[in-house]
Amino acid sequence: MKKTGSKILLECLKLEGVDTIFGYPGGTVINIYDDLMDSPIRHILTRHEQAAVHAADGYARATGKVGVAIATSGPGATNTVTGIATAYMDSTPLVIITGQVPTPLIGNDAFQEADIIGITRPITKHNYLVKDVRDLARIIKQAFYIARTGRPGPVLIDLPKDVQIDTTTFAYPEKVEIRGYKPTYSGNLRQVEKAVRMILDARKPVIYVGGGASLTDASDELKEFAEKIQAPVTTTLMGMASFPRKHPLSLGMLGMHGTFYANMAVTNSDLLIAVGARFDDRVTGKAATFAPHAKIIHIDIDPTSIKKNVRVDLPIVGDLKDVLKKMIQKLGNSEEKLSETVQETSFWREEVAGWKSQHPMSYKSSESEIKPQFVIEKIRELTADDAIITTEVGQHQMWTAQFFDFMRPRTFLTSGGLGTMGFGLPGALGAQSAFPDRQVIDISGDGSFQMNSQELATLVQYRLPVKIAILNNNFLGMVRQWQQLFFNRRYSQTCMELPIDFVKLAEAYGATGLRASTPGEVEDVIRKGLETPGPVIMEFKVSREENVMPMVPAGAGLNEMVLAS
Amino acid sequence: MKHTISVLVENEFGVLTRVAGLFSGRGFNIESLSVAPTIDPSISRMTIVTSGDDQILEQITKQLNKLIDVIKVIDFTGQDYVEREMAMIKVTAEEKTRAEVLRIVDIFRAKVVDVTPRSFTVEVTGAPNKINALVELLSPMGIKELVRSGPVVLGRGPKAWRGTD
Ligand SMILES: Cc1ncc(C[n+]2csc(CCOP(=O)(O)OP(=O)(O)O)c2C)c(N)n1
Repeated sequence: MKKTGSKILLECLKLEGVDTIFGYPGGTVINIYDDLMDSPIRHILTRHEQAAVHAADGYARATGKVGVAIATSGPGATNTVTGIATAYMDSTPLVIITGQVPTPLIGNDAFQEADIIGITRPITKHNYLVKDVRDLARIIKQAFYIARTGRPGPVLIDLPKDVQIDTTTFAYPEKVEIRGYKPTYSGNLRQVEKAVRMILDARKPVIYVGGGASLTDASDELKEFAEKIQAPVTTTLMGMASFPRKHPLSLGMLGMHGTFYANMAVTNSDLLIAVGARFDDRVTGKAATFAPHAKIIHIDIDPTSIKKNVRVDLPIVGDLKDVLKKMIQKLGNSEEKLSETVQETSFWREEVAGWKSQHPMSYKSSESEIKPQFVIEKIRELTADDAIITTEVGQHQMWTAQFFDFMRPRTFLTSGGLGTMGFGLPGALGAQSAFPDRQVIDISGDGSFQMNSQELATLVQYRLPVKIAILNNNFLGMVRQWQQLFFNRRYSQTCMELPIDFVKLAEAYGATGLRASTPGEVEDVIRKGLETPGPVIMEFKVSREENVMPMVPAGAGLNEMVLAS
Repeated sequence: MKHTISVLVENEFGVLTRVAGLFSGRGFNIESLSVAPTIDPSISRMTIVTSGDDQILEQITKQLNKLIDVIKVIDFTGQDYVEREMAMIKVTAEEKTRAEVLRIVDIFRAKVVDVTPRSFTVEVTGAPNKINALVELLSPMGIKELVRSGPVVLGRGPKAWRGTD
């Protein structure tokens, strides 16, 4: 029996195991929306296409599955762009379906036509324009395969309206054969052996973990590896939740707003083991002075990440889980030498502990003002270890990274690479739709919240009980901080002069709004917020000119950290 | 330093843009690029001349390999290969210079492919250096127009690069 392109699409999604998609209808996807009414797939109608993609992204980050979003052609498609770029920078597996004008009209500046393939080429792992319904099933199969394998990423499928209507006999291919795409999963054994030798010879080793550890669900292997060699572990923003923050070997985050002790450890180390990280400039500071005494082992599935920003002494291309397992196994063959090494490196762990007690993460507490860091600590105290935290971008994001001790993988969802304000709320929406029974909290600033605040409606409509903590400083705080420190306190366009009543805003959408204006009210508001069913905004009037510290000024080395402002 | 790379790609629309976009988006340099289908019509072969230090070249090859439509990347740097480029040169041919142009064309084993009372169009193939030399010698006569194909290369010896091995 022949099927329309639109039905084939939905059939393929089902066969890929997709249970939820996020999207927004329009003229060129109206056939798909019509067929959706007869499909078991749940569709969540966001209030903006950007939010649909962020929601699919949050869903994917929380579950490890491929997130799916759908939008109409033209403005619907262009609205997805920031969402796609966000996912691309953080390597989230997504499939985005956009409608397109009918094939005979493509290129004619037809109504609601945009060259979304051209626009998204540099921000997708791959994209497809489907010109013939007979190619559709194969393309969808490939799209999911490409999105989730190797270094994951978003894949866009542009589907012209006539192709959705055209019919063909449907068969979903069983295998994917792409001759130009064969990611390397298995780490080279000889390289692994070399790495093990370097580890056994090192006296000041540090493990530096990036987002790859979470993408490959390699937390258990990572922990076993770190414990085996007893090396301190620092993570990037994206690696944060992959290693339990309360573990004695944890150094927290490194880089621009990293801990003093993580940055000192990296600067003084003699062996840096990079695990699924890409030496981003926010991590390395001045690349030339990054880990100046260290040999560098770099394990990554993406060869282009290796030697892109820094020199590498030993590259290992492969899946982190595989490589770490092999390392653990090889180390097991040298137990004697290993225990010697662990003994020899105890002075190093003491040195690191010294830095830790010298400058632990701290802030000046206050009786009169709500300190934003205090709010983060309280939220941590009152939530379960498996609570999923999303953030927007700015100071609140950094404070969350610094003061929320993440213990479980895939519990911290944040836009690291692109730094997209407006990710957190729809991201939380996506995560909550995957895990209706877990606590999901968006930690937000007052600026970022307003970038996608319309999604309150989606939360209420679908009964997604996301809690939103707004650290309201009436500033675009992070930019204000830079202006204070580097532009002589000239606060150009960073003061959010119009005070918003977020409690009323919540109520307008049919959500609950709570507010804390003094430190004494903080705990109550959080307790009450977490207990209240349905979506809740918890607004905290925080001290306005608090800064994120420590800080490595842009372009400086990690050892040129400023501890307090 | 100059490098010549051959890239075997899926012969599909948009692939050229992906490759060109990769170079422009990452600030890599393209000195020349030529592309046409191979003996297997589903595969096209691009020859790209680029420049940069070793680290840049390593990034270029890795980034090219990362493109889904790229089947194989061959960097000919340090290898033994044959390199040929074709050019057509429209030269002013006045009464007193016609003989000189023809003499130069002859030395270079080039060909005159179009003649008018005031111009010759010369066709030449060879290594890029040879074409440079010819252009230099013809310049005093007055070059009205010049088109170069950009080099194409093949490795020497019996080994062949195809998409499927
Ligand atoms: C979409 C977008 N626009 C602009 C920026 C630049 N930016 C980075 S942080 C920031 C301020 C964020 O303010 P807010 O959400 O209130 O958080 P705070 O820093 O006050 O915690 C801005 C404007 C960005 N990251 N994303």
